[in-house]
Amino acid sequence: MAADISVVDTAPAIPAPAGPLRAFWASFSENRGAVIGMLVLLLIVLLAVFAPLVAPYSPTEQFREFSKLPPAWSEGGDWRYVLGTDALGRDMLSRLVYGARVSLFIGLAVMVVSVAVGVALGLVAAFAGGITDVAIMRVMDLIISVPGLVLAILIVSVLGPSLANTIVAVTIVFLPRYVRLVRASAMGEIGKDYVTAARVAGVGRLRLMASTVLPNCLAPLIVQAALGVSEAILEAAALGFLGLGAQPPTPEWGSMLADSREFIRSNPWIVTLPGLAILVTVISINLMGDGLRDALDPKLKRS
Amino acid sequence: MFKFLLKRAALTIPTFFALMFVTFVAIRLVPGDPVEVRTGERGISPERLAQFRHELGLDQPVWKQFLDYVWQLLHGDFGTSIVTNERVLTEFFQLFPATLELSFFAMLFAIGIGIPAGVIAALKRGSIFDQTLMGISLTGFSMPIFWWGLLLIMLVAERWGLTPVSGRIDLIRFYFEPVTGFMLIDSLLSDQPGAFWSALHHLVLPAIVLGTVPLATLARMTRSSMLEVLSEDYVRTARAKGLSTFRVIGVHALRNALIPVVTIIGLQVGSLMAGAVLTETIFSWPGVGKWLIESIGRRDYPALQGGILLISSVVIIVNLTVDILYGTINPRIRHGR
Repeated sequence: MAADISVVDTAPAIPAPAGPLRAFWASFSENRGAVIGMLVLLLIVLLAVFAPLVAPYSPTEQFREFSKLPPAWSEGGDWRYVLGTDALGRDMLSRLVYGARVSLFIGLAVMVVSVAVGVALGLVAAFAGGITDVAIMRVMDLIISVPGLVLAILIVSVLGPSLANTIVAVTIVFLPRYVRLVRASAMGEIGKDYVTAARVAGVGRLRLMASTVLPNCLAPLIVQAALGVSEAILEAAALGFLGLGAQPPTPEWGSMLADSREFIRSNPWIVTLPGLAILVTVISINLMGDGLRDALDPKLKRS
Repeated sequence: MFKFLLKRAALTIPTFFALMFVTFVAIRLVPGDPVEVRTGERGISPERLAQFRHELGLDQPVWKQFLDYVWQLLHGDFGTSIVTNERVLTEFFQLFPATLELSFFAMLFAIGIGIPAGVIAALKRGSIFDQTLMGISLTGFSMPIFWWGLLLIMLVAERWGLTPVSGRIDLIRFYFEPVTGFMLIDSLLSDQPGAFWSALHHLVLPAIVLGTVPLATLARMTRSSMLEVLSEDYVRTARAKGLSTFRVIGVHALRNALIPVVTIIGLQVGSLMAGAVLTETIFSWPGVGKWLIESIGRRDYPALQGGILLISSVVIIVNLTVDILYGTINPRIRHGR
């Protein structure tokens, strides 16, 4: 019976190339985990986008007489503060929802900037070759040789701790992987006939890079970028936890954890919730990234 | 072989110089003039100021300052901590054994569980065990370890009282001068009954926290590498020859499957150092990671600069060693270059 259904489902897709998007979806939706990850992520994104509508209070508003309330369903809880309040009497639910904004923004910003710069540098390195190539790759080697978080700490301590500088620091840390990836796949493409043909046809250098070669390097790049978002969120949260990321009263998950450290014994939920938020977000992005890899990059497919 | 070794080692020299350059530039970009820090905000006579600048070498051209800096580094002078007035190198090597001890046991935990689990998952592909393990490993891989640490402290240490909350040993009951800096060895050398157990007791939780991400990574890698190898012709040949399953898997498959895993273990060292910063902060583990974070808090920039330089050097050297070892295990790499 199940076999029948799947035959019916895939039947329209069989008449060969049914558009890359369709083929992609067919392959992506095969992976149950990836679809679940995508749905959870979608929910988090919606919460973040509509935070002012979802959150019952402002994330920085302090209800001093209600500080350190437990979640509503446990003893002593109050349904006005569904997930309880923190040490300063701020509503946890509101802070978590607004925190999704901060974390997703960091993740996306880091991804966009590092992919853009990484693609540019990677293509230049691949096309220019020679000393330019060596110079770019040496700098990338250097960045890689310093452990990610340690480098981020160095950068933030030079620039000063803030949300913007967190993004700068994590972007620099993540740059090498994109540069290396784009350079390697571009080098693989350059020698191929279609590139030579385009060159002979008189296609300019910039266009050769951006519209002839780049589209053929995209698959692994998209996968890496998706996984990069989750890593950026983790890294930024770690900086926040160390007090070097977003500064109070910004409702950032990592710094919320840092604020709550002293309440481990007395008020465990203040510690549990922000970490859970980070974990769920990162897992759902990673699940989706795995699905993307399987769908886009058959060469990398995990058996 | 020797040529390969030399060539590979020579390749890291520019990286070291670039690293020195970066820390040199970084320390000059840090807000706050070092002269002002020393003299305070009150104005002092221009002659005194000039003298200070001269003492610190700040009246020299920048390239000369850089060369002087490199010269000092090459002579093992990594600067002096502003706070403790101790040489950064001395301080680093006093604290480094603690980090090394923690990292070693974290890795032992990760390898000891990750590799067997990955092998079993590959052999029982698609089973409940496989699926559960992959689920756990995805969670471990995505884990914010600073939260994981707090969670374990909350449950294991606070609620169940199974392990201590922080530190390396029970300082109230045991005191002895460090000999090697490795608490487990020192506690045995001290001949105080119970000291070794106390040290081991303190080590368990931080090692698990630091080992979690490598464990997840190793389990995943071992599984996929093993799956790949199991479908190779030589494994089929070994089976067809009538070798026992144990021999086929243990000797023919596993040895080949572990080649990429060894590289991954080597590459974990960088993230292990980054993880150590967080783990040490959570558990008040007196290693270089906690020291680094404290240096930032105290605005002890020489310590920060020297510390980052030394930690990165450790990572570079370990990666180099792994690369060379890899060349030895897998001759295909050596000749390919």
